[in-house]
Amino acid sequence: MDASVDISAHPISFTRKPDGWVTKLFDYKPFLVFLCLLPTLGLLLVFLTYPLGLGIWLAFTDSTIGQPGEFVGLDNFEYLLTDPIFQMAVWNTIFYTTVATVGKFALGLWLALLLNHHIPFKAFLRAIVLLPWIVPTVLSAIAWWWIYSAQFSIVSYVIVDVLHLRTTYINFLGEPWPARFSLIVANIWRGIPFVAITLLAGLQTISPSLYEAALLDGASGWQRFRRITVPLLMPILAVALTLSVLFTFSDFQLVYAITRGGPFNSTHLMATLAFQRAIPGSQLGEGAAIAVSMIPFLVGATLLCLYGVGRRKWQQGSDND
Amino acid sequence: MTITRRDSLALGAAALGAASIPLIGAHAAVDDVPVTDVKPPQYKIETGAALHILRPAKFVDADEVVFKANTKKFIDTTGVDVKVDWVSWEDLAPQTAVVANTGAGADIIIGFASSPHIYTTKIVDMSDLGNYLGAKYGGWYDLAVTYGTKWKTKEWISIPMGGGTGPSVYRVSWVKEAGFDKIPDDLPGFLDLCQKLQKIGHPCGFSLGHALGDGTGFAEWALWSHNAYMVDENGKVAIDSSDTIAALKYVAELYKTMIPGTLTWLDVSNNQAYLAGQIALTFNGISIYAAAKNSPDPKVRAIAADTLHQSQPHGFSKRLPITATPLNAMLFKHSKYPNAAKEYLRFMMEAEQYGPWLSECLGYWCNPLRAYSKMKFWDSDPQLNPFKGAMDTPFYEGYKGPVSAASGSVIANYTLVDMFATVATGSSTPEAAAKQAARQMQRYYKGT
Repeated sequence: MDASVDISAHPISFTRKPDGWVTKLFDYKPFLVFLCLLPTLGLLLVFLTYPLGLGIWLAFTDSTIGQPGEFVGLDNFEYLLTDPIFQMAVWNTIFYTTVATVGKFALGLWLALLLNHHIPFKAFLRAIVLLPWIVPTVLSAIAWWWIYSAQFSIVSYVIVDVLHLRTTYINFLGEPWPARFSLIVANIWRGIPFVAITLLAGLQTISPSLYEAALLDGASGWQRFRRITVPLLMPILAVALTLSVLFTFSDFQLVYAITRGGPFNSTHLMATLAFQRAIPGSQLGEGAAIAVSMIPFLVGATLLCLYGVGRRKWQQGSDND
Repeated sequence: MTITRRDSLALGAAALGAASIPLIGAHAAVDDVPVTDVKPPQYKIETGAALHILRPAKFVDADEVVFKANTKKFIDTTGVDVKVDWVSWEDLAPQTAVVANTGAGADIIIGFASSPHIYTTKIVDMSDLGNYLGAKYGGWYDLAVTYGTKWKTKEWISIPMGGGTGPSVYRVSWVKEAGFDKIPDDLPGFLDLCQKLQKIGHPCGFSLGHALGDGTGFAEWALWSHNAYMVDENGKVAIDSSDTIAALKYVAELYKTMIPGTLTWLDVSNNQAYLAGQIALTFNGISIYAAAKNSPDPKVRAIAADTLHQSQPHGFSKRLPITATPLNAMLFKHSKYPNAAKEYLRFMMEAEQYGPWLSECLGYWCNPLRAYSKMKFWDSDPQLNPFKGAMDTPFYEGYKGPVSAASGSVIANYTLVDMFATVATGSSTPEAAAKQAARQMQRYYKGT
């Protein structure tokens, strides 16, 4: 009824004038799509592409803080290839990422499985588990720095002064290998909540009826885990793995706050070395080159995680081969 | 040396303690600065002049309080509008770069050591002011000349306003227990002291970790006290020398006497270990003493009463083998009011203003002009003794080469510290470590 009133009130809408070019343009779908994308595109260009491009450009110059520098081609990369500290940083980064990721996923999955059970104070416990991830990394890094302190370590205090198991304080960070593993432990501690909560979310999407059916078929606990939990968890696992590897690979705060890359550069990661060379060392070009060197590794790791672990078939939910 | 600032930087809570050092010389008479009667340069202040100044943030209250009071005095007497921004230490170098390269922003930046030498073409010649201040106040100390004048010329490009240094800090009673009245000035004696301190269970501790202030300060002392140096006068890398090898071997011996874990020490660690009574001797700025003296804990205050400062051992060096981080004021060419800016700097460096500032900072900043060492407050507390005239040193970051950005890069990469650390732990021979350090330095000194 209303409509008929409207129509009579606006007879003009029945005699349309031919469309102007503006109207035509806005009716043209590709143009409209382009127009709607513009704001996002602008943001991406200004805040992502430009800095990334600038970073890559700097890597090919000898810029320092204060001097714009000139194009030097691959000079920075050539030097880095012969630089033992850079080589060690690359190696450290790969080692750190691999070991920490394995640790995080082993413990994180275990924690997720535990939390998936019916336990008292479930919501509270789940919130508590997130703590290491919520606390600003710099703060937890300082806490770890105290835990690893050569003079004031609580761990050493308990072992030496309370339990009398040792006579000297543990030198956690004083030698390359203990220092690397100390940092990895700190990184695992911080990374577990992310993995656990993500995988827990994944676990909760698995329909209980699958487990019930399996139970009826007489499947053992291990079989249920292997045949139901793991395959159905794979898609989210792949995403979590990708993110976790990226976070770990580009980790900076823990290492910088706890060791600054010491003792004698044995704990430098590519990110910390890039920062040290570029900002305090004011060699922007060289620092950028180190940062740019991370890109192939990151792309490689991402592809590996997404396509290696999260194969299409799993993601689309079809059954195993 | 960057010790004082970096310590305080990392000190956190302790820095707050340092911030409230009781003002021993609070009354700071300005009649104790001997001056020569020199006619001051007549800067004709531009009408409507306004100045924007950047300087590093304070770590002791008095630094900011007196600096602000002096600035206010300048505003009141001249009518020039002055705005001072207090910039955190890490941000100052990047901000200086931006101001220099864009030619806009602050008129004066009171920056650090080598900045004026990097931006020589962007800043105003200061020879008139530098020469006037030098003539009036008994001359500049060597370190001030190094950082204030263009390399190998008499042209002043900046006005050094003060320097932070970090001498030996030690526990009087434990050093006495080890059989010494004071810290020996020779290297074998110093090693002997450290060995005996270790025997009585109160070892020494010097950072060999990535501690920008303390680690670098210790490494530079070890190098210079053995007459070794990073680069020669022409900026050619000269670290791979027999003197360096001797220094490396010495530190390896010294390392055996240190408390375990110094390889992991960041800038705040020696403060913590000292204040916890775990070490008897270290190198540091006034911050340890200040924190101890202002502690609410009577046990820690007792440490302050048992603490003395003394200049580092000379070793083989004729002059004091340490340096100081200078506050270095530069005036940019883009300033619309250069006369007002120079007049401001002159005003701040004159005894009526500079005297109270220096005396109330109590060793936090050391004076670049000789006459200020005659001020009575230096003798009011024996703790202040090694801070007096601490800029009387020929040594600077990147000694003996030209002051440039290269030395800063080498220091920031811990090349020196790591050289000592690898030898001290036995993971490298002295010869290999010196070669490796030389190779790394070459990278940054290639252009000079």
